[in-house]
Amino acid sequence: MHCATRSTRSCGGWNERRAAGPGGAVSALLSVQDLQVAFRIGRDERVQAVRGVGFDIAAHRSVALVGESGSGKSVTAMAVVDLLPDNAERRGRILWQGRDLLQAAPAERRALRGRDIACVFQDPMSSLNPVLSVGTQLSEPLRTHLGLTRRQALARAEALLAEVGLPEPRRRLAAYPHQLSGGQQQRVMIAMALACEPKLLIADEPTTALDVTIQRQILELLAELKARHRMSLLFISHDLGLVGEIADEVVVMRHGQVREQGPVAQVFAAPRDAYTRALLACRPTLDGALPARLPVIDGPAAPAAAAPAKDPEAPVVLEVRGLAKSFWRREGLFGRHEFKALQGLSFRLRRGHTLGVVGESGSGKTTMGLTLLRLHEPSGGEVLFDGRDLLRLDERERQAMRRRLQIVFQNPYASLNPRFTVGQALLEPMAIHGIGAGRAERELRARALLQRVGLGPEAFGKYPHEFSGGQRQRVAIARCLTLQPEVLVLDEAVSALDVSVQAQVLNLLRDLQDELGLAYVFISHDLGAVRFVSDEVVVMKDGVAVEQAATGQLLAAPRAEYTRRLLAAVPRGVHAAPAG
Amino acid sequence: MTAASAGHLPADAPSPGVWSAAARRLRADRIGMACLGVVAVFLLLIAASASGLVAGGWQREVAVPSAPPGFAGPRPVQAPGALQAPAGPRADLSDVDPLAPRYGEWDARAAQFRAVEIQRLQTLPLGADRMGRDVLSKAVKGTEVSVFVGLMAALLATAIGTLLGALAGFFGGRLGDALEWLYNVFTSIPGILLIFAFAAVFGRGIGTVVLILGLTGWTGVYRLLRAEFMKHAVRDYVRAAQAIGASAASRMFRHILPNVSHVVLVQLSILTVGFIKAEVILSYLGLGVPVDQVSWGTMLAEAQSELLLGHWWQLTTATLFMAVFVTAFSLLTDALRDALDPKLRGLE
Repeated sequence: MHCATRSTRSCGGWNERRAAGPGGAVSALLSVQDLQVAFRIGRDERVQAVRGVGFDIAAHRSVALVGESGSGKSVTAMAVVDLLPDNAERRGRILWQGRDLLQAAPAERRALRGRDIACVFQDPMSSLNPVLSVGTQLSEPLRTHLGLTRRQALARAEALLAEVGLPEPRRRLAAYPHQLSGGQQQRVMIAMALACEPKLLIADEPTTALDVTIQRQILELLAELKARHRMSLLFISHDLGLVGEIADEVVVMRHGQVREQGPVAQVFAAPRDAYTRALLACRPTLDGALPARLPVIDGPAAPAAAAPAKDPEAPVVLEVRGLAKSFWRREGLFGRHEFKALQGLSFRLRRGHTLGVVGESGSGKTTMGLTLLRLHEPSGGEVLFDGRDLLRLDERERQAMRRRLQIVFQNPYASLNPRFTVGQALLEPMAIHGIGAGRAERELRARALLQRVGLGPEAFGKYPHEFSGGQRQRVAIARCLTLQPEVLVLDEAVSALDVSVQAQVLNLLRDLQDELGLAYVFISHDLGAVRFVSDEVVVMKDGVAVEQAATGQLLAAPRAEYTRRLLAAVPRGVHAAPAG
Repeated sequence: MTAASAGHLPADAPSPGVWSAAARRLRADRIGMACLGVVAVFLLLIAASASGLVAGGWQREVAVPSAPPGFAGPRPVQAPGALQAPAGPRADLSDVDPLAPRYGEWDARAAQFRAVEIQRLQTLPLGADRMGRDVLSKAVKGTEVSVFVGLMAALLATAIGTLLGALAGFFGGRLGDALEWLYNVFTSIPGILLIFAFAAVFGRGIGTVVLILGLTGWTGVYRLLRAEFMKHAVRDYVRAAQAIGASAASRMFRHILPNVSHVVLVQLSILTVGFIKAEVILSYLGLGVPVDQVSWGTMLAEAQSELLLGHWWQLTTATLFMAVFVTAFSLLTDALRDALDPKLRGLE
């Protein structure tokens, strides 16, 4: 509703401004011209993060900076508000209503920040002070910037909380950040940003840490507030789908340079830049044809063939019946409170097939993965592997079974031991399980596996910190493969990666599945990725499977109300909206 | 050398490890390197002293009692005082002296031995103590004892603290509760009282001092390591190790310990410094090293009474030796921490 009216109106605005000719740039609220940011490291070394970026933000418009990690999008935004670390050097011009901020006195810049330009950051939990109540934190800028008394400031804070849609705002004033959910915390952050009626709101990945349904609410709130307060919005995101919904204009960045910019409908419908095109194509989406492989940036064009059909009668490798896991919390002196993280989960996984597990945070999907591997002790149920119950094996048999069921974790920066070389990390599991005779043979296998996951031979002696996130995830996958497993649990294995890298890893996973007949349990919050890899999907909520069906069927005709809500919340870019 | 040649290594060569990267960072730290130099000099001195190359004769009384340092010049010769030798001929008492007949015999026997009168020095480079022993030699020998005690006690305390902290943090549960209880008992007793109690039981000697300090000083390390192990035990890389079937011991000591080694090292050096000072206090109180040995602590204990007479050099020398070593060691520790902390990596 909001989106549709807004996008048509704003597209008209873009054309008018362009029609006004080159003079239009002067009327821009904020104009960034040839901005360069470098970071000093060491004595004479500099890292150039932003190389000559320029864009305008007109009044009452939303501009989105899009790019993958390291593209310089956040650095650009922080350069505008002068929140860069001390070792940063800025050059170029940042014009705020015609005045160059880089030439302005520090006091003037400080007055501007918080009053005319406000920021909302990615992680609301770490942006709010945990020891101060929401009311105190909200009223502080009101008192310093607007000179309100304590009573006035609190009244205004209450009004602000009501405006950002927090229920019972008066009671929330006394609440501490940890008593609020992630979405509520982000609402408080937005209320804080709105406190002084800014002309420009900078939102740096404001929904990345949030669940998809919450993300939808925050997006709607931002759009509504922007219209009501007649603000401009600078929205920074890595998610193209999101950007398509909220922004009027898009600036696509890569390696500190602008690759393409223009009205959102134009950029999405007819991208001129090769990088933008690839970025749009490599994202697994919820609609459109399902390719066998995702297109990859800087890679050979993918064949448009559809995925080969899988044998529906393949032998069942893993069967789970009524798996349950409870955590106990102590209460008082003797009381214990049971928290059911997972209850009554059942599924069957066939060789070479993939089971997608979808849910929001706290739905028990990660607990499910850890319990399957018995990294958590389950509270009940059966896990049948080749007809034997994994949960009733003794220590020695379990060790043998462990080989056949492996896990890849979400964060490749955390799942590899920083003190082990890649070689050591790969040799260790083989040594533990006595695979391969002697070190030489193991090393040979390890090197072959590294090559298989697309890493060069030089990777063997390197440490994890020398690799990018995508490469590390490949190492983690190779480590699992050393044990020749039959089932791989992929716990948000591609969620922390950039979309282009995510596409490569997803392709790799698919190749490995075809080649080795692996069965995957693919845990993710990203429905697009789940659609790409899964044959069957389980939707989880509060530890219970609310729906379980074949992927195509579930996406086309979701039966459960929750599944429908989840699907509706996924940002689909401008594909869903009428192309203006 | 590795850093210089890294550019044209064969593609397959292992990259510089975590330790060599840490060494490279340490080398870039000038203060750290200077402190490393000072500590190295001290260690050489200790090695030389332990092998008897220097300061072997620290117990010889080579100078006049409390000889001042050379640069201060010899003490002015004091006037002999009011008691003067009586004038006039000596009275012959041989008639009434019952021992008189034997004097000749004794003189003859005494002539068989030759008493060498040592030429006692008036001054020494850094002065002498009240028995005329060289303060410099004492300080060097004292360095050996003090640093040995400090290092060994710190090693013992760190080993106990690390082991118990790892067990408590990794396993938790009943074992963790039991160790927490032990920790609480140890910390609830005033430290000096605990030391007195141990000293009373074990008696006196260098080994005892090491044992006392080690057994009472592990609590801080334990607390820190327990927290670190609790934090790391649920990290993904440890979970991943568990998933590939690594045993609990392997996860604790092969996976987690190298990642918290910077905490251990820093604790080790903080404790070393602390224990050197503690040994001084113990020796000062008479519970430290035995009387036939010397340490910075015993030197300071002696200096207390000397200072009343204006003999400041023993106090100054011991303090100077200790201050230089302790400062260099602490700064080296800081530099080590910066070089080893994995959190600081990734900036290069």
